[in-house]
This record gives sequence, structure tokens and C-alpha cells, in this order.
Amino acid sequence: MEWVRRLFSRRRRYQDLSISIQEHLEEKADELMEQGMSREEAMQAARRAFGNVGLIEERSREEWIWPELEGLRADLKYALRQLWKHPAFSLTAILTLTLGIGANVVVFSVLNALIVRPLNVSDPQRLYNVEHKQHGWYTQSYPDYLDYRDRNRTFDGMAAYDTFSAALATRQTVTKNFGYLASGNYFDILGVQPLLGRFFHANDEHGTDPAPYIVLSYDFWRARFNGDPNVVGSTVSLNKQPLMVIGVAQKEFHGTELFFWPDFWTPVTNGPLIGFSHHYVDNRSTHNLFVLGKLNPGVTPQQASDDLSSICRQLAQEYPMADYGLDARLVKPGLMGDLWGDSTRDFLAAVMALALLVLLAACTNLGSMFAARATDRSRELAIRLAIGSSRWVILRGVLAEAILISLAGGAAGTLLASALLRVLSRWQPFVELPFHVIVLPDAKVYIVALLLAVGSGIFFGMLPARQIRRSDAAQLIKSSVGTEMLFRRLALREVLLFAQVALCTLLVTASLVALRGMERSLHAPLGFQPQGVMLAGTDLTMAGYKEEQFLPVQKRMLQETARIPGVSAVGIIDRTILGEGCCGSESVFPAGTTDFRKELFDSRNFSISPEYLKASGMRLLSGRNFTWHDDADSPPVALVNVTFARMMFGNTPAVGQHFLLYRGQLPKEVVGLVEDGKYQSLTEDPQPAMFFPLTQEINDDYTVLVVRSALPPTELAAMLDRTLSNIDRNLPLTLHSWRDALDLAFFPARAATAALGIMGLLGAMLAITGTFGVATYSVSKRMKEFGIRLALGAARVELVRTALGRPLILLLSGSIAGLILGMLASRLLAQIVYEATPRDPWVLAGTILTMTLLGLLATWLPARQSLSIDPARLLREE
Amino acid sequence: MAKNPEHRDLFAGALELMILHSLRVKPMHGYALVKHIQLVSDDLLHIEEGSLYPALQRLLRAGLLESKEGTSAKGRPTRIYRLTREGIKHLEHEKFGFETMFDGITRVLAVSKA
Repeated sequence: MEWVRRLFSRRRRYQDLSISIQEHLEEKADELMEQGMSREEAMQAARRAFGNVGLIEERSREEWIWPELEGLRADLKYALRQLWKHPAFSLTAILTLTLGIGANVVVFSVLNALIVRPLNVSDPQRLYNVEHKQHGWYTQSYPDYLDYRDRNRTFDGMAAYDTFSAALATRQTVTKNFGYLASGNYFDILGVQPLLGRFFHANDEHGTDPAPYIVLSYDFWRARFNGDPNVVGSTVSLNKQPLMVIGVAQKEFHGTELFFWPDFWTPVTNGPLIGFSHHYVDNRSTHNLFVLGKLNPGVTPQQASDDLSSICRQLAQEYPMADYGLDARLVKPGLMGDLWGDSTRDFLAAVMALALLVLLAACTNLGSMFAARATDRSRELAIRLAIGSSRWVILRGVLAEAILISLAGGAAGTLLASALLRVLSRWQPFVELPFHVIVLPDAKVYIVALLLAVGSGIFFGMLPARQIRRSDAAQLIKSSVGTEMLFRRLALREVLLFAQVALCTLLVTASLVALRGMERSLHAPLGFQPQGVMLAGTDLTMAGYKEEQFLPVQKRMLQETARIPGVSAVGIIDRTILGEGCCGSESVFPAGTTDFRKELFDSRNFSISPEYLKASGMRLLSGRNFTWHDDADSPPVALVNVTFARMMFGNTPAVGQHFLLYRGQLPKEVVGLVEDGKYQSLTEDPQPAMFFPLTQEINDDYTVLVVRSALPPTELAAMLDRTLSNIDRNLPLTLHSWRDALDLAFFPARAATAALGIMGLLGAMLAITGTFGVATYSVSKRMKEFGIRLALGAARVELVRTALGRPLILLLSGSIAGLILGMLASRLLAQIVYEATPRDPWVLAGTILTMTLLGLLATWLPARQSLSIDPARLLREE
Repeated sequence: MAKNPEHRDLFAGALELMILHSLRVKPMHGYALVKHIQLVSDDLLHIEEGSLYPALQRLLRAGLLESKEGTSAKGRPTRIYRLTREGIKHLEHEKFGFETMFDGITRVLAVSKA
């Protein structure tokens, strides 16, 4: 580290030098003055005698810097000249790295935006969501939230919020908009400031009374109010309830969920006012709120969760029914707690691993190119060694080339990635959800890109280092064969080709697994037949109906819709299965239970009309369907699916049996058994589900008309719109085919297919260039030998076999190794792809076919080359 | 810079050798060093400032010299150069080399004269 010290003592050294020279001149001048010159003349004479002071000073200073700087400059200049002289080599190398680094920058940017980068508020690293200890339970009840907030000793503050959609009306227009119900302290804890007006605060809350305020987001304010500054103080209505606009948020503030950008915020205690049950704020068992806590400075998350756990124990004692077994844990906020956090993290981690594999494959590719080049240049290197160059200097030259290439590739890759990310940031995958992801690269991404580039440069640049270090000048000049043998008979580049093919096969396998998973999930048994079904969703609460008014309206909707010519069946369900926000669940208990603290299991619950089965295509396996006679006055009945029946009743037939819900009403009689299906996601394990008649249970205020018809979707949509508007002009309607509604459910599979498909493609390209490179090289090295053998009468086919035998064997063995790796990695893949298994014969066959095609493609040209040898010409020229 | 034709260019390493040797006798500042060499060589050798200062920096950098603050005869602030232990070792080594070389050159010249 001598040079570091020198770097820092530089200023003092230069000053010493100046002083010395100055004194030198003065003393010389003194001497001349003693001989009778004037001071001015003497000083001039002294300078003349000394020479160009500035230049000499500079040359003296250069004594300190030139060896490092000049050496580096010379290395870079030489490397640049070498690369310039071999454009094909340089371009291939740069392009290879562009792909490898570009892929990594894209994936890392997404990872950075969703997982690494904290929320855009003050002190984000102190923010945590408070979730239940049980995984998969994200939300808290309002009373529990209040207790957490008031009893803890480790949090600076604790806010609660919920995301929801509501009908927002201004003077003329009503639209469905997305917002947060947020506790009064929400904005203050985040430390955000309004652009206009004010935010609501803790002192706007009075118990659980509503506070009729609303704060608008910047984008919504611009879009809906044209950025009118006088909006503050005006009134808008939310689900028909008037609320006063008190402020507008800053442009950069989009709430505390990365995927859910709200149009507005309103106090959480307004929940009942705008149509939620009063349980929303007063029932300890109604869990709707995400709780966001800000740790006190210096408090660790562990201390905070210990603190919360002790509060939980108190609560469990005080409220043995509602808070039985309550416990809390902290998770990083921004992805709906762990609801999306877990799957997003798993998915991105897996894709990042694949991207790194692509880079690794690219590096081995470059490594073998460099090794081949080192062999080609062995004579040059030998001469340099012979005339006294040190091995380190030669190695430094090779490294300089590698790093130049990696920087160029890194820059190109980053540019390419930035362009892609800009497109990705504008993308809105779900029209119906306020789903935005800003994945633009930031400083962190650029630093990672630079590190990756330099790291890979050093990595593949050092691969041929052994070759250079071991080379013996005399031997090299004599024989010019400079290939280093690693394991007796394998050249370094052959080992690299093997590794690269194995990696690429792994990538190809992964992408085929994803494609297959996609194909399977498109044809997976869903438990209903979405083809030819149109969904018309409406929210009766938003339209201002009370719960007891629901049934007559719903019946009218069914009757009017059934009259549309071409409609073969129409039913109602309270949730779009596999759609946005699906589904709720409820605890079930065996008949005769008296202690309701521990449920048998949780089951998905839906309310349906009798015609739902026919309209949706859900099959009844035994028993009977509901009728309209199963109503509030008749005994409660239910349909259950196969999984429910097995979990509740074991092997005894379910029809005729009874079970209980928590609310301790009359036992439900199972009247029919229906097929299993998918409810929330395509990758879920079989879930228990139960269906109740609309007339007996209202789970949700949503109403989805399921309309089966052979009519073209656009025609049907227009007719449905007309029919339903005739019933009530104010119904907020969303119309789409069931296939479209499945977008959200298919999104993970699509994203996975896209990501893995691209990685596989990159892998395949690298396998081609790698094999092609080695095959071409192996042919070109042996041209002379082939010429002689041909002249001696060897068959051309024989030559092709000698030339390409090794690359093909490497390709084959690498592919097999890659396939085995793919099998081992299947658990990784299963996290992101539906029913992923590389043991699928289609995947196996596909991988083998792809690799064979790649092999043929990559060796075709070199094979032709060796077939077209003209021995006479070759021997003459060589 | 006008050169005095009477002063031949020194051969490689000679300047460094003389600097080291002179400073071994007594630590000096730059100007004193020039004067000293001129004086001791009876004006036969004239050191160019253009090469003296780079040479001093080279020797400093190699750790053969060290410099410290000091004053000139007239009391002006300057830097005094002195030999390090390594400098002494290096000087001895080089001196031996030079002596052998001179010896060789002298013998060759003697033969050609005869």
C-alpha cells in the first residue's frame, strides 16, 4: 500500500520541491549580485541558468507518478489497440457481456425497487408492519390496533390503514376509485407534508366517530380536478357520503403499498359511514387493518416484537374469545405485509439466481475466448517473455483487455436495461387495479452494474492466467502449441465449454419448465368453466342499498338478465373466484362444538344463487343443488367441496351431515357435494370451500352476475349494461369476460414464463456462441493436419468426426449435467411456476431437442469448413 | 538551454552516484549540492539543474534519500537532503560497480593506445 501513502503525501512532496527550487534560484541570484549585478538582472540570469523552472518542476514531480499511471495508460492503450485490431472478437465478447449484464441489471432493478429500496418517507428503515405470528394472517382488528398503539413501549408511533375501492362522486361524474382508510396519525408518523391544505391528524379522531374528511393524491387531483387549487374546502361524496377535501398530497407520495397507489385517503373511522359494517371499528374479531409501526430510535425489531408479544399475552387473557392465541411479528412494509411480500421475494430471488447463472455462462464463454486468444498469441507472448517482459506485465495486459471489454459490455448492458426498465415502469398490468411499479434504476443499481462488470472482467480475464503463468518461452517458441491441459487431456477451454453448456441447459430447462407450467395452468381444472362466461360486477353498498334491500334487487337482476336472448344461464356469486380480492374464509367447527376457541380449519366461503352452478359450470357430484325455497325461514344448508368433505367428515359421505360456523347459529346441513377448484391462486394446494344460499348468508356486499352465453362478448356486454342500468342507473358496473378477470390469477405464471423464457433464450444463445467458438477454433487449428490427412487419402467424413467429435461430446455431457442440475433445482422452480417439474417428459424431451438443435446449429459451419478443405491450396498457403 | 560544450553528458547512474556520495559526506540543500560537486571536481563537472531535481525526486522515491525542513546559509527556508541507511547501502554497492567498470574501461583504453 506504499502508493496509497504516496498518494496522500503528494501535496507535501510537491511543496518541498517548490521550496527547494525557489531557494536554489535565490541563492544563485545572491551570488550573482555579489558579482555586481542588480537584483533584477541577477534573478533573470539565475532563471536563465536554471532553465525552464515550470518544466523542471513538472519533470521532477513526474518522478513520483509515472510508473503507475504511465504503466496503466500503456496497458490500456495497448489493450485498446489489440481489441480494435480484432473487431470480431471484441464485438462478440462485448455483446455476450451486454446480454449477461443487461439481464442482471433488469432483474436487480426490479428487486431493488420492490424489496431493497425503502418506502419514500422519512426514516423508512424504522417502519414495520405488525402481522400475526401465524403466516398468512396479515391484518388486525381496530380494537387490537388501539391496544398495540397505546400499550407498547418500543414504538415511536403506530398507524393503521386499509386499502379499498369506493364510488367517488364529484358534481356530475361517479367513478370507482381506490383509496386508503387511514388512522389519524398516519401522515404524521410517515413524516410527509401536504402540497395543498392539510392532512388529517390524531386530534381529528374522536373515538370511533367518523371524521368527514378526505385527502386527495396528486395524480388524482390533477386528473379529476385539473389541478384546481381551490379544491381544498370543496365537498365530494364517497359511496354517497359527503366528505370535505382538506388537502392534496405531494406528487411523490403514493401511500405505503408499492403496488397500490391510492387516489385518496380518508380517516379509518369513516369505514362504517361509507358502507362497511360497524364491526369494522368496534369488533375485536374483525381483522381488516394493516398496522404500520415506527420503532423508537435505537430499538431493535427483536425488542419490539418481544414487547408486542407481551401485549398479546395480556390481550389473550383479557379477551379469551377474540384474542385467543394472539401473537405478533414484524415484517418489512410495502408489499401488503407478507400477502405479496413472500411470493414476490421468492420469485425475484429465484429469477435473480437465474440471471446470475446467465452472467456466469457469459463469463465462461468469454473465459474460453480469452483462453483461445492466449493460445493464439502464445508466440507473441513467448517473444515478450524471452526479451525480458515479466509475466505479471503480460497478465496485466490481458486483464486490461478483459476489463475494457467488461466495462464496454457493462455500459451497453446497462443502457439496454434502462430502456427496458422505462417500458416496464409505464406498464400497468391490471386495468382495474391501481397497480404501478416504478423500477427505474438508481445509484445503487448503477453501482451493482459496475461491480458486476468489473468482477466478471477480472473473473474471465484471470481464467487463462494459469496458462500465461506456466508458459515457458523456449518451449513456446519451438512448438507454438500453448494449450494448457487441465486434467491430462482436457484443455481449459474445453472444461469451460462443458461448464457453460451445463449452465445453459439449466437455463433452457428452467424456461421450458415455465412454459410447460404456463400451458398447464391454462388447462388446469379450475372447478368451473370460464369459457363463454361474462361477469357483471356491481356493489350494492356503493349504490346506496342497505343489506336488507339486496335480495329483491339481485332477484330482479337475475330475472331481467335471463330474458336477454342468447343467455343460457345466469347466476350470482358474491366474489369473482380467482379475481381481484378473492376470497374470504371462515372458521368451521364440527357439529356439537361448544368451545369455539380452536377451529377445525378455515374454509373459503361464498354465497350463491341456485343458478350459479349451471352458469359457472361447477359440477355437483352428489346430493342436491339449492333452490329458492332454501331461504331465511328454512333450515340452513350448504354445498361443500370434496376437500372440505374429506377434512370435516373423513370417509363418511358428506351429504346429510352437519357442521358449525363460529357465530354459533344453527348447524348447517350439507345438502350437496361439489368438485374442488382453484379459488385464490392457481398454485394453491386444494382448499376447502363452502357455498351458502344468498338467501341465508351475506358474506360480502359485492354482487357478481355470472352470465353464460354464446353471444359475442362485446354484444353481450352492451346488452347487460343496458339491462342493468334499467334496474338502477346508479349501479357502478364492471363488465368483463371471466377469462379477463383471471388476469390477476394468471399474472404470476405469465411473469414467470416471461422471465424464465428470456433467461432460457439468453442461455441458448450463449450455448450456441460458445459451442460455435470452440468448434470453429478446433477446426481452424487443425487445418494443416487435415490438409495432410486429406492429401494422404483420408475420408472427409472422418475429418469432420475428428474435428467436431470433442465439441459434440462436450455438448452432450454438458447437457446431461445441466439436466441433472435442473432436476436438483426443481424446488427452486416450484416456488415460482405452477406444478413445476423438470421430470415432465415434455420438458425432458424439449430440453434434449433444443440442445441437439443448438449443437447442430453451432457445429454446422465449422463442419462445412472442414469438409471444404482443398488440401493443395491449404498446404501451399500454410 | 544553452549547453557548455566542454561539459559532456554524464553516463547513466553517474549523477545519482555523485549525489549520494556528496550527501553522505554532509547533508545539503539543492544549491549547495550543485556548488559542492562543481567545487570538488575542480569545475570539471557541471550539474544541470534540469536533471538534478528530477534525480533528487527519484532518489527520494526509491527511499535512498530523505528530506527535511531546514535553512540555507543565508537563512532562507529550504529542504535539506540526507542519505538513509538504504541510501548508504545502495551507494556502496554502486560504487563498487563503478570502480570495476572504470577499471575495465581504463584497461581497454590502455591496450588500444599501445
